[in-house]
Amino acid sequence: MKKGVIARLKKNRWMYIMLIPGILYYIVFRFSPMFGLISAFQNYQPFLGFTKSPWVGAAHFQRLFREPVFWRLMKNTFILGLMNILLFFPLPIILALMINEVKNRFYKNTIQTIVYVPHLVSWVVVASLTYTFFTTEGGLVNEILKSLGMNPVNPLLSANAFRPMILLQMIWKESGWGTILFLSAIASIDSELYEAARVDGAGRWQQLKYLTFPGIKSTVVTMLILRIGQFLDTGFEQIMLMLNAVNRSAGEVFDTYIYEMGIVGGQFSYSAAVGLFKSLIALTLVLTANTIAKKLGEEGLY
Amino acid sequence: MKKQKIRQSMGSRVFDIVNVAVLGLVAVIMLVPFIHVMAASFTSVEEYLSKDFILFPTTFSLESYRYIFSTGTILHGLMVSSLVTIAGTCMNLLMSVLTAYPLAHRDLFGRKVMIMLVIFTLMFNGGMIPMFIVVQKLGLLNSYASLILPYVISSFNLMLFKNYFQELPVELEEAAKMDGYNDLSILFLIILPLSKPLLATFAIIFGVEHWNSWFNAMLYLSDSGKWPIQVILRQIVLSASEVGDAMGGANFIPPATVRMCTIVVATLPILCIYPFLQKYFTKGLLVGSVKG
Repeated sequence: MKKGVIARLKKNRWMYIMLIPGILYYIVFRFSPMFGLISAFQNYQPFLGFTKSPWVGAAHFQRLFREPVFWRLMKNTFILGLMNILLFFPLPIILALMINEVKNRFYKNTIQTIVYVPHLVSWVVVASLTYTFFTTEGGLVNEILKSLGMNPVNPLLSANAFRPMILLQMIWKESGWGTILFLSAIASIDSELYEAARVDGAGRWQQLKYLTFPGIKSTVVTMLILRIGQFLDTGFEQIMLMLNAVNRSAGEVFDTYIYEMGIVGGQFSYSAAVGLFKSLIALTLVLTANTIAKKLGEEGLY
Repeated sequence: MKKQKIRQSMGSRVFDIVNVAVLGLVAVIMLVPFIHVMAASFTSVEEYLSKDFILFPTTFSLESYRYIFSTGTILHGLMVSSLVTIAGTCMNLLMSVLTAYPLAHRDLFGRKVMIMLVIFTLMFNGGMIPMFIVVQKLGLLNSYASLILPYVISSFNLMLFKNYFQELPVELEEAAKMDGYNDLSILFLIILPLSKPLLATFAIIFGVEHWNSWFNAMLYLSDSGKWPIQVILRQIVLSASEVGDAMGGANFIPPATVRMCTIVVATLPILCIYPFLQKYFTKGLLVGSVKG
């Protein structure tokens, strides 16, 4: 017998009371900014508010597409995103597989403990460390190069070095931490399967291929979809910290542009339009990735 | 047949050696920057200036630390960061628990719609500018609440909390209901004491995020007297010498050493907490798998 809605509401009244702060939070800080996006179609004036600011239709979007900087933003954002997925994403998986093959428990635990540590460091500290190591005024790397009789390098002030530098920072800071999920996925594979495989004479490579890979596949796909969803958000804080006048041509992305235009320049409406454009691309990307994953027989996320 | 077996184990042994060596190298690369910075920060000024590269100091000096703590700026930044981290983490945990626990109950009316809305916020968001306007309209600019409230619930982590609660045996709640407990007291008296690995894991995740966050403080706090340590460190790195002058110390301390010390004090607190919570860590993440 199905209970009435009222009875169900009454039975769970404490549950709804618990939900009140969360619902308020989502309304105020998650959904009202979405409604705030209507300012992208206005000339938003803070003292007039959303209701009285004049409407301008798609003018801000037309301006964005005409700006010479637009294609540079597209290119930089996509290259950094692709770099993240193609070059960074596989590393934690490989590292997790390598850690998993270590037989000595103590060594394994030590390595695991150490590789998590860089994640605990802030991007500000990573940027400071990079500066400390690479500065031409007594930085470690250049001192070594000098003592070897080579020319000093300064990747901090070079557009060509910007992307490799971002990638290296990301690898150093996050590849160890990224192993956590994959290691727990590997650990959740039934160990009896491995024993049975060994009895049947499967070597280590075969165990890896027929047991470990299929065992972590769904975690890998899930993480990949999530990554693609954050494709355009790739390392905003990190990029902000490393960006300067010299490497701007390679490092300027949508988010840094939004910050410059909106917060520094006070052009709220225009930068909200840029943000909306970015959010729509991100939405398209994640839905596409999810559909592809489902077609390939994975569960997908949504 | 026998030969093949030997060859295989040879290959296997070579792989083991290479694997262990490569992992050792990875670990060293991850540790060297820490050791270098620690060593340099405790080195006396004379030694620092006379040597190119410091991995292990031969002298031990607190000179540079005395210098950076000679004014209250850094100490104040550390206090601000600690308070925001502690208050923020508690708020994160409380809000996540209160919201995720009801959503873990399948008989809750409206549950599906609420979960769908939460997942929608994972795929689409208003972005930086509308969020800034909201914070501004609420009068939160230049308040510490602006560092805590806007992201007090992370939708992705909320789903992990929900999945964790969903996995718990229903009998626990049923038995407690027989004894006359309501849902709120069940959550706080029975479920949460059983969820220490989950809470510890997310205490680290949220805590690290608060301690390390820089951009939000830069965005919302224009008053430099309220800055957390990360913003101060950033300022010191950008203009080490200027800050040195501004601090008005009598002796000359090289900007690089000031930088090293600030990096250490900005990092050490979070590193100290790590070993205490680490034992829960892998356990906690294991239970709340990504899917659900």
